[in-house]
Amino acid sequence: MIRGRLAGIGPPVVVGVAGFGLWEGIVWGFGIREFLLPRPSSIMDRLVENWPVLRHAGWETGRIAVSGLVAGVLAGVVLALVTTRFRTLNEGLTPLAIAVNATPIVALAPIFNAWFGITGTLSNQAVVVAIVFFPVFINTARGLTEVHPDELELMRSYAASEWAILREVRIPNALPFFANALRVVAPLSVIAAIVAEYFGGPQDRIGNIITSSAAFARYDVAWAAIAVASAVGLGLFAAALLLERLVMPWRLVDGGSENHNTPGREK
Amino acid sequence: MTEPLEPEAAVVVSGVDKVFNVGSSDEVTALSGIDLTIGAGEFVSLIGPSGCGKSTLLRLIGDLLTPSVGEVTVFGKPAHAARMDQDYGMVFQHAGLFDWRRVAANIELPLELRGWSRADRADRSAEMLELVRLPEFGGHYPRQLSGGMQQRVSIARALSFQPKLLLMDEPFGALDEMTREHMQLELLRIWRETGTTVVFVTHSISESTFLSSRVVVLSARPGRIHSVVDVDLGDRTDATREDPAFFAKATEIREALRADKDDG
Ligand SMILES: Nc1ncnc2c1ncn2[C@@H]1O[C@H](COP(=O)(O)OP(=O)(O)O)[C@@H](O)[C@H]1O
Ligand SMILES: [Mg+2]
Repeated sequence: MIRGRLAGIGPPVVVGVAGFGLWEGIVWGFGIREFLLPRPSSIMDRLVENWPVLRHAGWETGRIAVSGLVAGVLAGVVLALVTTRFRTLNEGLTPLAIAVNATPIVALAPIFNAWFGITGTLSNQAVVVAIVFFPVFINTARGLTEVHPDELELMRSYAASEWAILREVRIPNALPFFANALRVVAPLSVIAAIVAEYFGGPQDRIGNIITSSAAFARYDVAWAAIAVASAVGLGLFAAALLLERLVMPWRLVDGGSENHNTPGREK
Repeated sequence: MTEPLEPEAAVVVSGVDKVFNVGSSDEVTALSGIDLTIGAGEFVSLIGPSGCGKSTLLRLIGDLLTPSVGEVTVFGKPAHAARMDQDYGMVFQHAGLFDWRRVAANIELPLELRGWSRADRADRSAEMLELVRLPEFGGHYPRQLSGGMQQRVSIARALSFQPKLLLMDEPFGALDEMTREHMQLELLRIWRETGTTVVFVTHSISESTFLSSRVVVLSARPGRIHSVVDVDLGDRTDATREDPAFFAKATEIREALRADKDDG
């Protein structure tokens, strides 16, 4: 299994290294001005040079992303649980949630500044929460309700309470759906935090470094900040994967049978 | 199997109709005028063409559906009371094991819901795994087992709390012929050892003949009881399947099913 995991890391590393090599070669070979597209080596140099500032910015932006992520995930899960428990609420809220989900939430960032203050971090966190909330809510609610009818009949034949059905069937059934949502929103939370920072909040964050560097034509510094942001995003994605493995050990076993509990499986 | 001559009735279905989607354009009369009495300790099969209402009748007995007309009594009380008293064990075609529970934990689920202690549960699940001949598989996850093994676990789960009535809806329908014949023998052995009452839905003539003490032949549209065939073949073994008496009974059931088709 360990061997399999390591073998899985090999190809992306090779592709990554080759990609950076190609990038470096193209910029150098075609004489593209660094102003338009800096070479990876220059970006690396800026990263080292500005490390204290970038590290601080990455840490602070990461905190916004993580706190918003946690709050958004909790809110999404709690509302999903509440709506599945009370069907009428579900019928009212789900279309509403879908409608709100269709609105471009980052567009709300300037408005959130007015609501939550432009200098503090609250408005930035609010953008992250709003972005994270809907995928988690909708997926978790689906997982809680899309249970095989036989499984519900079985529980009813045991005279099991609604609470027991929720605990023993609905919640475990929803875990893979929740995990899929988490994989999507974990890196998304970093994007949301940076976009929110373009519009307001404290001025020593990744978003601000990107905008101000670009304004002074220091594109190589902007790229270095982007590199830090993508490292944070990757870290959160890896954490989501790790959590998935810890919470759902049954999905790690190799099985010959067809009833893999993947979202959307035909039941 | 020397039951008293007048055994206590396990199930009494009297004057039951079941209509789905009443009043809408897709109204379906699934069952009409069903009267059926099943004695305690009997093994009764329900057979009939697909869509004739076998599963509906099983679900009415199990109080997973309520009759439109008539009533269902189980061990002398309304079906709902029997369900609340946890008298039922159910097995479906789809084994319906929970992926997230190991095999032993799946078998222990109904015991957990009944508030059994951990030690008692472990003892019972070990016993049940023994009964279905899977003693080494308690620690596996369901998806690590073959379809036939999963179905055996599902039966072990249904039997773990010694239900008075076992309701099975085409439990071997998805199995290959070899596994199916093996499972039939296992089920009969378990039935003899536990003395439970079994209502078994199937669309296989040979399966119903082999397993049952009585076969209820249903006809379609609307679902009615066409006839009830007593099957008196003594203790079943693999040899029973080649016994002329077995063929004679299977033929009788086949003709009952065919007669019904000709009527319609
Ligand atoms: N929940 C339901 N709603 C509407 N119609 C149903 C429902 N369940 C069964 N039926 C209908 O009742 C009839 C009998 O179904 P069923 O009992 O599943 O048949 P069988 O198990 O013998 O194949 C069919 O016509 C089916 O379409
Ligand atoms: Mg059926």
